[in-house]
Amino acid sequence: MTRHPIHKSASIWDPAIVRPAIGDAFRKLNPRTMAKNPVMFVVEVGSVLVTVLFFYDLARGQHVDVKFNVQLIAWLWFTVLFANFAEAMAEGRGKAQAATLRKMRTTTSARRIRCAGDESALPAGPTPAIGEEVSASLLKRGDVVYVAAGGLVPADGEIIEGIASVDESAITGESAPVVREAGGDRSAVTGGTRVASDWLKIEIRQDPGGGFVDRMIALVEGSERQKTPNEIALTILLAGLTLIFLVATVTLEPLARYFGGSLGIGVLVALLVCLIPTTIGGLLSAIGIAGMDRLVQHNVLATSGRAVEAAGDIDVLMLDKTGTITYGNRQAAEFLPVKGVELRELAAVAALSSLPDETPEGKSIVALAETMGIVPVLPAGATFVPFTARTRMSGVDAGERVVRKGAGDAVLAHVRGRGGAVPSDLQAIVDKIANAGGTPLVVVDGALVLGVVYLKDTVKPGMRERFERLRAMGIKTVMVTGDNPLTAKSIAAEAGVDDFLAEATPEAKLAYIHKMQEGGRLVAMTGDGTNDAPALARADVGVAMNTGTQAAKEAGNMVDLDSDPTKLIEIVEIGKQLLMTRGSLTTFSVANDVAKYFSILPAMFTGLAAFQLTRGEPRSSHFTALNVMHLGSPQSAILSAVIFNALVIVALIPLALRGVSYRPLGADALLKRNLLVYGAGGVVAPFLAIKAIDVVVSALHLA
Amino acid sequence: MTPRLVALVVLFFGLLGAVAVPLGRYLARVFAGENLRTARLLGPVERLAYRLAGVHPAEEHDWKQYAGGVLLFSLVTQLISYGVMRLQGSLPFNPTRLANVPPWLAFNTATSFTTNTNWQSYGGETTMSYLSQALALTSQNFFSTAVGLCVAIALIRGIARRETTKLGNFWVDLVRAHLYVLVPLSIVYALFLVSQGVIQTWSGPAHWSTLDGVTQSLLRGPVASQEAIKMLGTNGGGFFNANSAHPWENPTPLTNFVQMFSIFAIPAALCVTLGEMVKNRRHGWAVFATMTLVSVLAVAALGHFEQSGNPALTRAGADQVASALQCGGNMEGKEARFGIADTALFAVVTTDASCGAVNGMHDSFTPLGGLVPMLDIQLGEVVFGGVGAGMYGMLVYILIAVFLAGLMVGRTPEYLGKKIDSRDVRMASIYILIPAFSILLFSAVALLTEAGRSGIMNASAAEVPGAPWHPHPHGLSEVLYAFSSATGNNGSAFAGLTAYSAAHPVFYSLTLALAMFVGRFPLILAVLAIAGNMAKKRSVPPGPGSFPVDGPLFVGLLVGVILIVGALTFFPALSLGPIVEHFMQR
Repeated sequence: MTRHPIHKSASIWDPAIVRPAIGDAFRKLNPRTMAKNPVMFVVEVGSVLVTVLFFYDLARGQHVDVKFNVQLIAWLWFTVLFANFAEAMAEGRGKAQAATLRKMRTTTSARRIRCAGDESALPAGPTPAIGEEVSASLLKRGDVVYVAAGGLVPADGEIIEGIASVDESAITGESAPVVREAGGDRSAVTGGTRVASDWLKIEIRQDPGGGFVDRMIALVEGSERQKTPNEIALTILLAGLTLIFLVATVTLEPLARYFGGSLGIGVLVALLVCLIPTTIGGLLSAIGIAGMDRLVQHNVLATSGRAVEAAGDIDVLMLDKTGTITYGNRQAAEFLPVKGVELRELAAVAALSSLPDETPEGKSIVALAETMGIVPVLPAGATFVPFTARTRMSGVDAGERVVRKGAGDAVLAHVRGRGGAVPSDLQAIVDKIANAGGTPLVVVDGALVLGVVYLKDTVKPGMRERFERLRAMGIKTVMVTGDNPLTAKSIAAEAGVDDFLAEATPEAKLAYIHKMQEGGRLVAMTGDGTNDAPALARADVGVAMNTGTQAAKEAGNMVDLDSDPTKLIEIVEIGKQLLMTRGSLTTFSVANDVAKYFSILPAMFTGLAAFQLTRGEPRSSHFTALNVMHLGSPQSAILSAVIFNALVIVALIPLALRGVSYRPLGADALLKRNLLVYGAGGVVAPFLAIKAIDVVVSALHLA
Repeated sequence: MTPRLVALVVLFFGLLGAVAVPLGRYLARVFAGENLRTARLLGPVERLAYRLAGVHPAEEHDWKQYAGGVLLFSLVTQLISYGVMRLQGSLPFNPTRLANVPPWLAFNTATSFTTNTNWQSYGGETTMSYLSQALALTSQNFFSTAVGLCVAIALIRGIARRETTKLGNFWVDLVRAHLYVLVPLSIVYALFLVSQGVIQTWSGPAHWSTLDGVTQSLLRGPVASQEAIKMLGTNGGGFFNANSAHPWENPTPLTNFVQMFSIFAIPAALCVTLGEMVKNRRHGWAVFATMTLVSVLAVAALGHFEQSGNPALTRAGADQVASALQCGGNMEGKEARFGIADTALFAVVTTDASCGAVNGMHDSFTPLGGLVPMLDIQLGEVVFGGVGAGMYGMLVYILIAVFLAGLMVGRTPEYLGKKIDSRDVRMASIYILIPAFSILLFSAVALLTEAGRSGIMNASAAEVPGAPWHPHPHGLSEVLYAFSSATGNNGSAFAGLTAYSAAHPVFYSLTLALAMFVGRFPLILAVLAIAGNMAKKRSVPPGPGSFPVDGPLFVGLLVGVILIVGALTFFPALSLGPIVEHFMQR
C-alpha cells in the first residue's frame, strides 16, 4: 500500500508555528498555568523575587551592580520564556495538524431523515426528498442521515442501507475510493469522507464533538492532554529534585552568615535555577505533545496519551496473518481438476477466464497456465465480467460461452441456475485446499464444473527482518489466523514469528490475550471486524483499521487511517521513543549540574569575607583556587552558567520534538548508548559551553 | 593506598563476601519461617513468647499494620529506656553512685538508641550506671537492630511477593530476629571479645596506687556484652567515652579487625538474603558489588588524605613521609596501636554502615580526610548501611536508578518484574528528601543561633587574643557532621562539638533528637508504603527489552546515582566546610 501522509511534518522552525509560539510563551507566564509544572514554577517565582528586589534596592538608593543584575534578571526570565516557548511550539505543531483535521468537519450540513429515538420505519431505497437539512454539528448519536453521491459523510456512523464507493482520501490520503455497504465488516464510515457514487443511509454513532477526529484534535492541540502515568512519576521525581536543590541553596545563606558574609538573593536564585532540572522540566510537556504529533504523522489517531505510552511497553504483538504477514492477494499454485476433466483443459479455461483480469490473482493464474505451455487467446468480441462484492465471481462472456471462476458457493449457485450438476469430488478438493490455508477458486465453463484453482498465501518480503527487529526490542510476535494448525505452523515458520494462534475465533483471541496479561505481559493487536471488538478492547493497545467497523474503532484505543496492520511496529517505536526522550533529557539535565557547580560556587564564595582573615590574601584568591574552569570573573562565571542553562532549553527543542533516535537494540545496549551520550555528554558538554559563553561575555565586557 | 591498607582491604572484603553467603542464606531461612536446626533448642522459647504476647504467628500484616507494630514497639521501648536513665540514682547496679541522667540528656539518649543512632552527648563511664548501660542502652541496641532488620525483610517480601497486601507478621519477625540471629551471635561474639581482653564485670571501679603513690580509679563494667551488639547491630554507642579507641573495648589488632568486620557482617549478608528471597542471586551480588565499590573508593580517598599529612605541618618543616622510623601522615587523634590504615578502614566502615563506633577521632582528620566519613553518611547510609536500614535505603536508590534506566530504554520502568508507578517514585523521593532537609535545615538553624554556635569548638580562625567571634570552616564542619550523623542514624561525631552542656542543655539535645527521629521513622513509613505498593503488583517475567539488574552496567548506574544524588545535594555545604578549610591549609 502506498502511503500519502497528508499531515506532513513541517520544518521545526516553520515561522507560521514559531511566531504565534512566541506570543504564547508570554501568555503562559500566568502563574496558574505555570503551577502545573513545579520546576518552571520555581524558576518563575525566583525571577519575580530577584526582579522585585532589584527595583526595591534601586528605589532605596542602595548600591547595586546594575549591569550584572539586569543581565541576570533578563536571563532568568528568558529561562522561563524558553520553556514556555518549547511547549507552545509543540502545541503549535499539534494545532497545525488539528486544523487539517478540523477542515473536514466544518460547515458540513446533512440531511437528517430520522431523529434519534424515533423507531418509525424508513422507506427503502434512495430518499433524497424526505427529512430536513441540518448542520452536522447538531447531529446526535442515533440520528439517521441520507448522503447522496458527492455528499460529505457528516459524522462517524454505521451504514444501515445502501452500498457506495466512498472517497476517504481526506483522512487516509489514499486516492482510490473504497466500497462501503450495510452489514458485514465494511459498514463503518468516518466523518469527513465523501460518497463518490450511489447513496447511503447512515446511523450516526457519535455524540457532537465525540468523534474520533474531535478527540484527536483535542489531544494534538494539547488542550485536553492529561499526564500519562510515567510522566506523572517523572514529574514527582523532578519535583523532589527541585526541593532538594531548593533546600541546598536556601541553606547556603545561613552558612554564609556564619562566616559573617552574605551571598545575596540574586546569586542564590541563579544557583537554584541552574541546579534544578529546568532542561527536562521545560521540555517535558513538549515531549509528550510531540509524541502524539509523531503518531498523527504516521496517520494513526490515538484516544489518549496513555495508549501511546503503553505502546512502548508492549511485550506481545498479535498480527493477523492475512494482509499483514502474507499478501491478501494470493497467487495461483496449482490446478486441481474434478474427475473426468483433463488438467490441461482446466488450465486453459481458467486462463481464459482470467485473461482480461488485471488483479494479481488473475495474472498469476495466466502465468501458471503459461508455465504448462498453454497460451490462451481471447476470442473476438469477448467481454470481461469483473469481480464484484455481489457476484463474487469473475470471468469472460464470449458469445454463448460463459466462463466463470470464483468462490465455491457463488459459482455453484451459478451452475445450478444454468441447470448444471455439481461433481461429487468437488467438495473434497475445495476442503483440502481450504484446510491447507489456501483459497479455492472453482472454474466453470457454461454449466460444466471443471475443477479448482488453488490460490496460495505468500509471505511478504522483509517480514522476517521486521520480526527480528521486534525480537531485539524484546517483543514477541504472534500470528493470528483462521487456518488449521498445520498450515499456520508452516506459514509461521516461513515468516519467522515466535508463536501462532491457529483456527482463531474471536473467543480464542480474547482468551489468548487474557492468558498473556495474566502473566503480566502487555498485548497489542490490530483488528477491523466487529467480532474483533472484545479483543481490541481487552488488549493494552488495540489498533483498529480505519476500514473496519465502527464497533472495532470504538473498542480500540487507536485507529490507523492507512489500515496498515504492520503500523503497530512504528507505534511501538514511537511509544519507546517518547519514554527514552524523557529519560535521556532527565539524565542530561542532572548531569549538567556538575559543571554548573564548578562555575557558580567558586564565584559565590569570593563574597565571603571570612576566608581573607586567615592569611590576609586578596579577595579573589579562593575564587582562583576553586575556579577550575578559569572563568573570567565571578560575575561572568555566574552569568555564563545562567545563560547556558537558558540556551540549552532552546537548543534541545528540536530533540524534544523529534525524539531521541531509536534503534532496535536490547535494553543493555540502548542504556549504554544513552548513558554515554546524555550522561557522560551531559557532564562534559556544559563545561565546554559555559567556558565558551564566558569567553564571549568577557570579550564583550558584559561582566 | 599503602601496601598495608591494600592488603587490609582485600582481606576484609574477601572475607566479607565469604561469610555473607552462609549468613545471608540463614537469614533468608529465618524470615521465611523455616524450621531451623536451631529451632529444636529455641522453638519452645519462640512459642512461649508468642503465647505470652498473644501473637498469632500465622496472621500476617499489611503495610500499615506492620508500620503500626514498628512504631508501637519503638515508642514503648524508648519510654522504658528514658525511665531507667532518669531513675538510675535510685536503682541498683550503680557502684559509682551516679546521679539520675538529666531530662534533656536522657531524652536525647533514649531517642538516639531507639533510632539505632547511638549519638552520645555524654561520657558513658561517667554518666550511666551499669543498669542503664545494660537495660536502657544494650537492650535498645538489640531492639533497634531487630526493627531495622524486620523493615528490610518486609520490603524484600513486598518486592518478591505478588498480588497480596501481606508483608509478614512484625512480632514474629521481631522475635525470630532476636532469637535466631542477634542473641546467639552476640553471645558467641562477646565470649570472643572477653578472650581477647575486653572486660566484663559487675564490680565497681578498680583502685590502685601509682608509683608516685597516688591512688587512681579505673572505671569498668559489663563491657563485652554491650560491645558485641554495638558492632553487630551497627549501633556504635560505646561503654566508654573513647569508644573503640579504648583498650578495654578494643584491645588488639585482631579485635579491631573483627569489630570492623562485624559492623558489615549482617548488612553484607542481607545482599545475599535479597538474592535468595527474590530468587535472583546475581542481583544480590550486584548490590554487594555496588556497596563494595563505593566503600573501597572511600577507603582509598581517606587513606590517601590521611597519609598525605597536614600541609600546615609540612610548611612548618615537619617530616610526614612514611619511613622505617615512622608511619608518616596525620596521626593526630589516632591510636598508635592501629595507625592510619586500620583507622581509615574503620572510619569508612563505621560511617558507611550507620554504626558510629570509632577507633580514632574523625574531628582530627585532615579536612578532606574528614570529608570522607561525612559524605559517607550523607550518601544516605546505603553503602552496607545500618542493619536492615542500609538494605532498605539501597533498595530505594535502586528504584530511582531503575526508574531512570527504564525511561532511557523506552519502557515503563520495572524492578524485578514489578512496574514502578508514581506512588513508588513519590515515596522514594520522600525518602531522599527528608534527610537532605533535616541535615541542611538543622545545620542552618544551629549556625544562625547563639545556642547552636556555643557548642562549636573550632570557632576561632585567627588566634588573636580578645578578638571577637572568628568563624572557621571547621566549626561549620562540626555542626554539619553532627546533623548528618544524627539524621543518618550514625552516631559518630566531629567530637569537638559540645552537644550537651549545663549552659545549653536543650538546643542540641532537642534538635539532634528530632534529626534522629525524622531520619528513622518517616523513612521507615515511606519504605513500608513502597513495600505494600510493590506487594500488590503483578510480576512481569523479564525479557530482552527489560533492563537487567545484575550486570556491571547496573552496578555502574547505581554507584552513579548514589554518588550524584549525595554529592549534588551536599556539595555547596561541604564546600563551605571541609573544602574551603583544605584550601586554607594549603
